[in-house]
Amino acid sequence: MSNQDIEKQEFNITVYTENQIGLLNRIAIIFTRRKINIDSLNTSPSEIERIHRFNIVITESEDVVRKLCRQIEKQVEVLKVYYHTNEDVIWQELALYKVSTDVIAEKVSVERLLRENGARAVVIRKDYTVFETTGHREETDNLISILQPYGLIEFVRSARVAIIKDSDGFNRKLREFERLEPGEDVIENEYLNKGDKVFTM
Amino acid sequence: MEVAQEILNAPSVTKEAVELSGSQALLEALIVEGVDTIFGYPGGAIMPIYDALYDYHDKLNHILVRHEQGGIHAGQGYARTSGKVGVVFATSGPGATNLVTGLADAQIDSTPLVCITGQVFAHLLGTDAFQETDVINITTPVTKWNYQVTDATEIPEVIAKAFYIAKSGRPGPVLIDITKNAQIQKFNFEGYTPCKHIRSYRPKPIVRPQYIQEAAELINAAKKPFVLWGQGVILGSAEQEFKTFIEKSGIPAAWTILGAGAIPTDHPLNVGMLGMHGNYGPNVLTNECDVLIAIGMRFDDRVTGRLDKYAKQAKVVHLDIDPAEIDKNVKSTVPVWGDCKETLPLLTELIEPKKHTEWLAKFNDYTSKEFDAVIEAELNPKTEEMTMGEVIKQLNEITKGEAIIVSDVGQHQMVACRYAKLNKTRSNITSGGLGTMGFALPAAIGAKFGAQDRDVIAIIGDGGFQMTLQELGTIMQTGVNVKIIILNNRFLGMVRQWQELFNERRYSFVDIQSPDFVALAAAYRIPGKCISDRADLPGALNEMLNNKGSFLLEVMVTKENNVFPMVPQGCSVAEIRLK
Repeated sequence: MSNQDIEKQEFNITVYTENQIGLLNRIAIIFTRRKINIDSLNTSPSEIERIHRFNIVITESEDVVRKLCRQIEKQVEVLKVYYHTNEDVIWQELALYKVSTDVIAEKVSVERLLRENGARAVVIRKDYTVFETTGHREETDNLISILQPYGLIEFVRSARVAIIKDSDGFNRKLREFERLEPGEDVIENEYLNKGDKVFTM
Repeated sequence: MEVAQEILNAPSVTKEAVELSGSQALLEALIVEGVDTIFGYPGGAIMPIYDALYDYHDKLNHILVRHEQGGIHAGQGYARTSGKVGVVFATSGPGATNLVTGLADAQIDSTPLVCITGQVFAHLLGTDAFQETDVINITTPVTKWNYQVTDATEIPEVIAKAFYIAKSGRPGPVLIDITKNAQIQKFNFEGYTPCKHIRSYRPKPIVRPQYIQEAAELINAAKKPFVLWGQGVILGSAEQEFKTFIEKSGIPAAWTILGAGAIPTDHPLNVGMLGMHGNYGPNVLTNECDVLIAIGMRFDDRVTGRLDKYAKQAKVVHLDIDPAEIDKNVKSTVPVWGDCKETLPLLTELIEPKKHTEWLAKFNDYTSKEFDAVIEAELNPKTEEMTMGEVIKQLNEITKGEAIIVSDVGQHQMVACRYAKLNKTRSNITSGGLGTMGFALPAAIGAKFGAQDRDVIAIIGDGGFQMTLQELGTIMQTGVNVKIIILNNRFLGMVRQWQELFNERRYSFVDIQSPDFVALAAAYRIPGKCISDRADLPGALNEMLNNKGSFLLEVMVTKENNVFPMVPQGCSVAEIRLK
């Protein structure tokens, strides 16, 4: 393993943007151009009406992540970019599992296993039952291997959503951005915020 | 930027609402933005705009080009010499895709452009309609911003944003795709207000005194400081601020090819060109200086050579308006993020006046070594055949450095950049980042429209000329006065040079044949001459420059000359070769 591989870890990139057609592509090509795989990508509304929030997960060194974030922030409709390690965020993924209702009915142990893993039934039909669980990757992965022997029919997992532990949200910043003359917040950059774990420019 | 500031201060033009079509609203917007020249080519999906243009021909000078690539390169040439935003029209489908090379070129060379493309009717989008192409997605990687208009009411605001984005901060190309229905649609036009602010876009940071202070301390303590400057100085209209800075600090300064001309070639502190075919001293001494001050340049790989052996001994001060450039390639000790027109005067104030006489002498020592090994033979050859360098030298003697030099891509480009004398800023127009062959002829046309009172001389190779020679038609029809010098070595010279040096002279498809260029020009009613004797050179150059209109001068030069010095790929700047 090269040094660079050792430095690589999961980073959570949070992007606040305007809601504009084509912006997803503009952001995605920043990664694909450099042949960097996006592990997970989620877009959703944010705490502010009409401001969108991207959660992007990639496995890279911090140096690369920092450069990528600058390229993303450079896009006209991007308001702000932050990156964090897994320790700096609260994150969850949602997974759905479809299994045969007959199997569950026959093998009581399956239901017990599901409950032990925090899954709950979303739909119970005669032919199949859909369970849902939310958690970290290892947890949702773990349930796959548990259900596999019992004939897991279908599995799907959502992209990751993450909340930044050390963040006051975006409302105050947005008001700064709306001013013609930018305030301190707008001009902050990482060199002035070396102590902060939050990446800002 | 001065131009940007003027427009920011301009009063918004508001009239009583009048009913206009989307096309008319677009043209009204262009007029308020101060546009006087448009380079374009009509077609089906942009016909309503061209129909409206029929009534605006007294206010907007539309130049009919021969190919959309020619149109956009002309727009680039116009923007580069005038400092204004270049405006280009093209139709949908092939018209739009033909812009892509120019967009990529403008994107990497930070040239402000607003390109308007026609698009099929909105209800036909996605149906594979005639001449429909997904131009927004095709151009996303090569534009600073792009947007598709499907409703005429959006036009005033979108065009205002387009101009603001194209010219502010680090400039770049913007493409606006307008569906045919939006061009036709009538709406209540309530006047046009230039854009001054987009909340998600911060083109110009506030200057941080802390970093100016730190940069000044480094510079004041430096024994062997070295300035590298790029096009940022020109784009920021900071030539005077830059000159004051280096004159007070006494620091030797070298340029990237897009920065050339920001201060005159013969300024005593101008030590020459950086990069692969740059001057000897600037390359070698990059790895000897103690403080490297990079101003408005982006450490392109053609400038740095091998990055892990680049200026490792030096502390780096990097002034740039684009935060994404800081630490991208070269880690900075002090990042001075900002517009150099603002940051340079602040820095100048804090630095001590100095003269680095000994250090500067070192550059001059290298210059004399380079002169003996390379320059003498290039400018004053003893060979029977002419060299490219002597043509440029002779040209300098006639123009005295007052002309705008537009070069194409290849050996002649490196020779032109190395040897052309430039007295004024915005005088060296070339495709730097993308290296687009075929750039020069159309760019020279645009350059002349952008600087009508100056001589424009295009220096082009025999290969590159054949890529966009259709624009001779544009010269013929508009009567624009462009002087064309073809330096013909009957080879794709730069590739041949690499094949000679690195591929054991296996000359693979570089032996290019050319038509009779003079006869070709004559077919377009452009006078011309072909010379191969040295004795004819001054006379032919004078004839070209004294000719009232355009003129094509083909100079046959020696076939297998190489451009030196050269930093071979994968080598450090200190390993620059003189032969």
